[in-house]
Amino acid sequence: MSKSSKYRLELQGVTKQFPGVLANDQVSFAVQPGEIHALLGENGAGKSTLVKMIYGVMQPDAGSIVWNGEKVHVANPKAARKMGIGMVFQHFSLFEAMTVLENIALGMDGGMSQSELETKIRQVLQHYDLTLDPHRVVSTLSVGERQRIEIVRALLLEPELLIMDEPTSVLTPQEVAQLFDTLRKLSARGCSILYISHKLHEIKELCDGATILRGGQVVGECNPRQETSTSMAEMMIGGNLKQIEKGDSREFGDAKFVVDGLSVEGEGDFGVTLNDISFTVRAGEIFGIAGVAGNGQNELLLALGGEVRASVADTIKLDGKPLGTLGTSLRRYFGLCAVPEERNGHGAVPDFSLSDNAVLTARNRQDMVRWGIINAKTATGYASSVIEEFSVKATGPSATAGSLSGGNLQKFIMGREIMQVPEVLIVSQPTWGVDAGAAAAIHQALVDLADNGSAIVLISQDLDELLAIADELAVINEGSLSKTMSVADASIDEIGLLMGGVHGDPVATEKQTEKRHVA
Amino acid sequence: MNETIFISILMTVVGASTPILLAALGELVVEKSGVLNLGVEGMMLIGAVTGFAVTSVSGSPLLGVLAAMIAGTLAAMIFGYLTLSLTANQVATGLALTIFGIGLSSLVGEGYVGKTVDIFDSIFPAALAEHSFLRVLFGYSPVVYFSIFMTVAVAWFLKSTRPGLILRAVGESDSSAHSIGYSVIGVRYAAVAFGGAMAGIAGCYYSLVLTPMWAEQLTAGRGWIALALVVFAAWRPGRLLLGAYLFGAVMTFELHAKAAGFSLVAPEFLAAMPYLATILVLALISLRKSSGSQAPASLAKPFKPST
Repeated sequence: MSKSSKYRLELQGVTKQFPGVLANDQVSFAVQPGEIHALLGENGAGKSTLVKMIYGVMQPDAGSIVWNGEKVHVANPKAARKMGIGMVFQHFSLFEAMTVLENIALGMDGGMSQSELETKIRQVLQHYDLTLDPHRVVSTLSVGERQRIEIVRALLLEPELLIMDEPTSVLTPQEVAQLFDTLRKLSARGCSILYISHKLHEIKELCDGATILRGGQVVGECNPRQETSTSMAEMMIGGNLKQIEKGDSREFGDAKFVVDGLSVEGEGDFGVTLNDISFTVRAGEIFGIAGVAGNGQNELLLALGGEVRASVADTIKLDGKPLGTLGTSLRRYFGLCAVPEERNGHGAVPDFSLSDNAVLTARNRQDMVRWGIINAKTATGYASSVIEEFSVKATGPSATAGSLSGGNLQKFIMGREIMQVPEVLIVSQPTWGVDAGAAAAIHQALVDLADNGSAIVLISQDLDELLAIADELAVINEGSLSKTMSVADASIDEIGLLMGGVHGDPVATEKQTEKRHVA
Repeated sequence: MNETIFISILMTVVGASTPILLAALGELVVEKSGVLNLGVEGMMLIGAVTGFAVTSVSGSPLLGVLAAMIAGTLAAMIFGYLTLSLTANQVATGLALTIFGIGLSSLVGEGYVGKTVDIFDSIFPAALAEHSFLRVLFGYSPVVYFSIFMTVAVAWFLKSTRPGLILRAVGESDSSAHSIGYSVIGVRYAAVAFGGAMAGIAGCYYSLVLTPMWAEQLTAGRGWIALALVVFAAWRPGRLLLGAYLFGAVMTFELHAKAAGFSLVAPEFLAAMPYLATILVLALISLRKSSGSQAPASLAKPFKPST
């Protein structure tokens, strides 16, 4: 055995080429047994591609993977699992309509009877102090519980390496703490963990070593405990991090956007009913709405934007004008614009050009349509100026929305609304899946819009984002909005508890999902 | 006398229901794997003409059924290659398969119009199969018993076996199944092949058992009823059996009403009943709130694996 055998996993010059993109370029790093190793990088830096090769979902074009001192070829995920590599995906590979047990059975290779498997699952749950009911249908579970399924599925194989791809992006702070406990227990038993994230404070708290990727290349290695978040962020983006300029003493005008007692019945099996939502946003203010996904954020966005109308006009008022019963077009006409969370298909039509997409929401405020006929020149001009103002990387206004990367499309959509100078802007998850550079630009644009006297409602699951740019904050949980807090004196613990609601507390979650089961 | 009529009506219902049940069972498995094959009618016709031709030449109905099965599978493989390997649109390809099947079966069947063939002997002794009462249980073609057996087998396969679980998983979320390491395309090919085989048998049931003869477009749109039936049954084999017999009863009612000189409504209306019932059932189902969640989530979505 050579000296490399002291590593659990070693990558040597791994390269992967996609059409037009070099996703990984000569990537090398090593992970020791029991080490929690971070892979750090912006979106598109090549982290996910890299771990997919380690897990056998894709094959490297060049370079080699060395496992416990031996050069290996990981043909497929089945082979990876056999070697002792487990993976928890960023987008869970779960089957909504099936039970927890069935889901786990699908991830196991050997033929094992359901009762045998259930016994083993219960052992693992007890071993790591996790709670999960094997007979529950996945669609009734919270996001944290869903992740637990993936973790249990990986743990059942007694892995020597566990890959976690952005595991905390959807968890409450309490759920994150629980997850970290589990991971530390695992690492203490000698299991290595490859932890992918761009949340620097988490990496500082959890990881023993880190490899930083940028543009598909390794740009540095570090010990996260000895670095500051800023120093790691700068390695990640390869430049100085732009601080958001937000005046400390901002002045707010009169109440501009008032929501008073808004209630909307939820649709379908999994719709959340909005229950007596009330809040006020002043001119120049950014009002944040925090919460774990699926607690009514989508319903709230639809109700505020006008896609779902309220039954009482007075429940939503802009400068005193009641808008509650109006549809999206009229609300836009009065200056209320909305940006939904889903970019492709909701915020923009993927197969339409950028200028056509501009016409869809900006036609009235930018005078693009006369007598039912589109003024193509105005539309193209407007789209071009959005592209320029917001430095959207696109071939031009005739590029289709679907051809843009997530971050660039988001910049375009935000720009399209912001340049209409709305009186009120409702945005949901504006920086979800967007790299740090683009996120900073979007944040700056929101702050600037507020400085111009608009009222902004920012719905987000990302607490860091809310704390960075919002002035006031409330938490949505099960369709109800908490009291309003000033961001300056809000405590993370309190927000976390409000976010968790019943979901933060295992016993209450049990009851809640039971209720949904019966309903 | 009355009992005799009742029994013969019952037996006609079973006869009319069996091919729909067979074709729908195949399509159910196909849809459970996330593929929508609208070519059932075409595959049935190809099966019908192949079964008839082979039986006519060889004199063996068993060989005919086997040939129909193979022909149906081959037709389904054309669909599979286009939609799974080349990721063509499933709806358009399925419709094309039906048109292809109508044309091909007419062409191949031209020389067989008006001929007759030997039919299956009963698998039970004549004392049972021709008994005035017991024939309601024992007086059918072997294909009928096969269809009941397959209903139970498919239900068991989907619910209790590991391959069944994998098939459902592929239909539920193709990308998840792929990331765990299952061959989405492989599973779907197998399901599509099974659907084709079942449609082939269903088709030859018309030309070898029900009529038994060959005529152009012999299946008369029953493939579409089978498709509707899968939705009606909410992708559950047990309900599929129930639904197939319900539709069979409606079709039989038409025949017997005509025979009995029932003249309150136009005979054309009676003939249209099964199809009206299909539309009605589909409309009622779409009104039901939860129907969306019963369909396999990846139904009719093409899958392109990333390499």
